[in-house]
Amino acid sequence: MTEPGSPPPPGELAFLVHREGDDVAVAVRDTEPGDATAASLDSGRRFGLAVRTAIPLGHKVALRDLASEEQVTEYGVTIGLTRCGIPAGELVHTHNIRSARWHSSL
Amino acid sequence: MAQQPLTGYRRPDGRVGIRNHMVIIPVDDLSNAVAESVAKAIPGTLALPHPYGRLQFGADLDLFFRTMIGTGANPNVAAAVVIGIEPTWTERIASGIAETGKPVASFSIERHGDLRVLEMAARRAAELLRDASEIARVPIQRGELLMSIKCGESDTTSGLGANPATSQAVDRHIAAGGTVIFGETTELTGGEHLIAARCATDEVRKKFQAFYDDYIAMVERSGANLLGSQPTQGNIRGGLSTIEEKALGNIEKTGSAPVVDALAPGERPTRAGLNFMDTSCAAAEFITLTAAAGAVIHLFPTGQGNVIGNPVEPVIKISANPVTVTTMSEHIDLDVSGLLQLEYSLAAAGDRLENVIDRTVNGRLTCAEALGHREFVLTRLFPSA
Repeated sequence: MTEPGSPPPPGELAFLVHREGDDVAVAVRDTEPGDATAASLDSGRRFGLAVRTAIPLGHKVALRDLASEEQVTEYGVTIGLTRCGIPAGELVHTHNIRSARWHSSL
Repeated sequence: MAQQPLTGYRRPDGRVGIRNHMVIIPVDDLSNAVAESVAKAIPGTLALPHPYGRLQFGADLDLFFRTMIGTGANPNVAAAVVIGIEPTWTERIASGIAETGKPVASFSIERHGDLRVLEMAARRAAELLRDASEIARVPIQRGELLMSIKCGESDTTSGLGANPATSQAVDRHIAAGGTVIFGETTELTGGEHLIAARCATDEVRKKFQAFYDDYIAMVERSGANLLGSQPTQGNIRGGLSTIEEKALGNIEKTGSAPVVDALAPGERPTRAGLNFMDTSCAAAEFITLTAAAGAVIHLFPTGQGNVIGNPVEPVIKISANPVTVTTMSEHIDLDVSGLLQLEYSLAAAGDRLENVIDRTVNGRLTCAEALGHREFVLTRLFPSA
């Protein structure tokens, strides 16, 4: 089995997307910047994406450029708001998105 | 994988259990010491110490009695010894458990002292234990089992793998006529409309919405910054970023069945199928409440690795996180990390989970049981007087 952290062999899956149209994908292995393969769970479609920052296992990558204060879609619904602009291929987490529902979750 | 015939313990009240525990229940914090001494004197009995049972009042006291009685009444319990400081609350719990028809003995410490109670209770516990050891397993139907589900120390692998795998087992259990309890009220935030839409009737929807709105109002009244408590630090470390994202992953485990009722904490379900229960998202509190409601088996998808069990309700841990299943393997009953690489189908993962469920029903110890994880945690509604 490939050690986590090393670049995935071509064709090996690095990201899963819950629904077509989601703004983010989830890393299923530690992923370094470069080209990576993703698959959509609902459609089965595989596609390539360019990763700009290291994305650890379980963390999210932006699938498109997101503006500041924009709704972030995952599972086909809004799961938060961006705190700032996020370019496609960058890590998405608590430093650049926040809850849309719980304003107390700073 | 062929399904194996299921066996269990049919209790006098007709409910079916999958374990045959003999429990020593302290009514209050004063009685923990002698309860634990009884369990030590009679190995094979299980004491359930806890820090409360004094000066509680109102709805908080009602919940306390419902939880203590329900725990002793759980079909996984063969018999119970109840020990309290004074006779009135002790009898209330003992007679509540005795309504199930199972043997119950009770003792109070005032006018006797710990050591006389130790002798009386241990003698009786030994008799009850020997009687319980003769109770035989009988064939049972899958649909007779009350199941509970809750995910914990979730991360993004929960929503991708462990929770969907669990939903396979949930849907199949309900299709077989079974009943499943889910809850975690605040953790539906972002997806609560999805649960509301699945409520079978307006009556259920109204009850559910009221539970949800009340819990959220309580959280918001606190004015606290929740990030790190809900979602937890472990959730965040594993990649979950917002309560909404956690909710959508959480809801994945509930499958596709309609929600047939919305229950108060610790309330026994009366309708077969998928039931919502208003609960905290703290894992040990949740399972303590579902065990009080009579749940006999629990499915627990985890991402980062939650380790808890319950003294009377076996907890099955499922994980799709490749790091967790290797670094914490002693805690994980089923590894479904292959789902992250699409190595097998969700249905195949569901088959493997069903196999683990069947073997657990028939007596196989879960990881948490083997490790002695017996977290018994009472839910409090407000401080004591």
